[in-house]
Amino acid sequence: MDFKENIITHFDTFKKKANSPANIGEIRESALNKFAKLDVPTPKHEEWKYTNLKNLLNKVYYLGNEVAITTSNTDKYASFVNQYDEQEANILVFVNGEYVPTLSHIISPSSELIITNLSYAYREHSEAIDQHFSKYAAYEKEAFVALNTAFAHEGAFIHVPNKTEVKLPVILHFIADAHATDVICHPRNLIIVGKNSSVTVIEHFNSTNTPFSTLTNTVTEVYVAENAYCEHYKIQTEESNASQISTIQAVVQRDGRFNNTTVSLSGKLIRNNLNIKLNGENCDVYMNGLCAITGSTLVDNHTAVDHAMPNSQSNELYKSLLDEKSSGIFNGKIFVRQDAQKTNAYQSNRNILLSPTAKANAKPQLEIWADDVKCSHGCTIGALDEEPLFYLRSRGIGEIEARAMLIFAFADDILERIKYEPVRQYAEKIIAQRLGMEE
Amino acid sequence: MLSIRNLEVAIGDKKILNGINLEVKAGEVHAIMGPNGSGKSTLASVLAGRSDYEVLSGEVELFGKNLLELSPEERAGEGLFLAFQYPVEIPGVSNTNFLKAAVNAIRKYRGLNPLDAVNFLKQMKEKMKLVSIDQSLLSRSLNEGFSGGEKKRNEIFQMAMLEPKLAILDETDSGLDIDALRIVSHGVNTLKNKDNAVILVTHYQRLLDYIVPDYVHVLYKGRIVKSGTKELALELEEKGYDWIKEENAVLA
Repeated sequence: MDFKENIITHFDTFKKKANSPANIGEIRESALNKFAKLDVPTPKHEEWKYTNLKNLLNKVYYLGNEVAITTSNTDKYASFVNQYDEQEANILVFVNGEYVPTLSHIISPSSELIITNLSYAYREHSEAIDQHFSKYAAYEKEAFVALNTAFAHEGAFIHVPNKTEVKLPVILHFIADAHATDVICHPRNLIIVGKNSSVTVIEHFNSTNTPFSTLTNTVTEVYVAENAYCEHYKIQTEESNASQISTIQAVVQRDGRFNNTTVSLSGKLIRNNLNIKLNGENCDVYMNGLCAITGSTLVDNHTAVDHAMPNSQSNELYKSLLDEKSSGIFNGKIFVRQDAQKTNAYQSNRNILLSPTAKANAKPQLEIWADDVKCSHGCTIGALDEEPLFYLRSRGIGEIEARAMLIFAFADDILERIKYEPVRQYAEKIIAQRLGMEE
Repeated sequence: MLSIRNLEVAIGDKKILNGINLEVKAGEVHAIMGPNGSGKSTLASVLAGRSDYEVLSGEVELFGKNLLELSPEERAGEGLFLAFQYPVEIPGVSNTNFLKAAVNAIRKYRGLNPLDAVNFLKQMKEKMKLVSIDQSLLSRSLNEGFSGGEKKRNEIFQMAMLEPKLAILDETDSGLDIDALRIVSHGVNTLKNKDNAVILVTHYQRLLDYIVPDYVHVLYKGRIVKSGTKELALELEEKGYDWIKEENAVLA
């Protein structure tokens, strides 16, 4: 049975069990029909040229909600949840895409922040759901978005009312635990930041190390209203049995700001789609990415920023450190539509190959229809520079230490953009440990 | 201290040094002058251990050790220091952390315990005055966005911190205004003592008004074609390098 057929056979049981409101049910059916018709991507698709899903799609997956995790045995997930040295945070934990209330806690007052499991929001926050759910992540052309939408049930619903600064961050932990079978799960998040409001959201992906495979197919929709601000991080530290296809679809309204930093440190195969639409004037967007991988990990970052209105700016910096047999792929699209005069759009992609067997592929794509814009892009692929290395060594610093200093500095250029300190320190520590650096 | 015998060096197929002989003793200052392309910077780089060069023949000894067999970091440990003609900008590596790593790496090489934070900072404060370098520069990334003069002062500051036995200054004076030149020279002169030595690689005599050499060597086409005292530098300043070229036309 092929991937598609297998998944579809699970749908009816899933649908009954989910028992969602009629409008959600309609979206589900429609998305499933699309998924059934769309081709599952192969390297023949231009957007999947370097990322072959063959070894993921030949498995017989069970859905996350079919794989029992006993609530009495949630201790083994605690270590994933307590990774940051955070003072206080709102924490939601999902195992195989299923919400685990016993590991979660919400501190921010409900006047400041509405935060629930998505399936609850389907019923209790139907107005916001009607207005925003599945309105931004289009599933008509994307097989994996269609698949996620068909099975979207659990995940974080985050709604910040107008004129509210959420002081504590929201940390979402997604843990894949294929303890008895191969598992596929479909976490679905919706983040709505009201006018003049702000929030920080962290999505962290982990997996347990088992002989079985996991495929996390996640979609996050983000709506940033007028003059609102969303600081968003995606941290990927899964085991080598875990793969991920992950889409963020953000829409930013006038004077809004959206910053995403994506840090991919381990896993088997990771495909990140980051799509941002600047839907008003004077928007400001940052896309930062660090991919630091070893072994045979593959990370494919596809970003697309759509400048639909004038006077906005986007800044993108993606860096990768590729060791051993790992592969890094970067595809960055910038669209500047005819109306989007006075756009500033900058893109930079830098790849360092740390071993002769590592691979990098990069493709910047700019499509500019307006005539009064500033756009630039740059891309480099190469080994670590010899000149700085010689400089450090000439001062007595040994080669290994000198290389570590330079590699760390290269990575930290991205990590220091993470404003939420505990996450930045967490990622820095992993990089430093890999390089054998002292604290 | 340093003994170079018949050193021949090439980059790729191109021979740059054609048999250099030079003896430097403790307490001495040597100036190496010469027209552009004569091999001055190559000599400095080869001594520091840059790997782009191929040593075809000859010997270099520092305190009796075969320098050419040592890695750049071992050479630094043995007491060699090169002030770069073009100091490298290293974003993300703070000047202070870099210096601490360097000081302690060299101490380790010499079998000494690492300096603790207090003593390191104390030493840093002391040496900062020497080259009038600002604290704010030290908390920034190494040389990143520094002016030309700041970079050169930072080189001499590093030299002060690392206390080398043999310092090679590769065109440290190039591009410096007179105030910066005074500061840099003051630093070098203060660090100078009977136990260490300095090789000044320079194109211009101006530097030698401030750091007075014991010996001046003229490098031309990869050979030392003339050696003398500081008066030779004045003669070069006055007459330019053409007479050297004419005298050595046979090498061309």
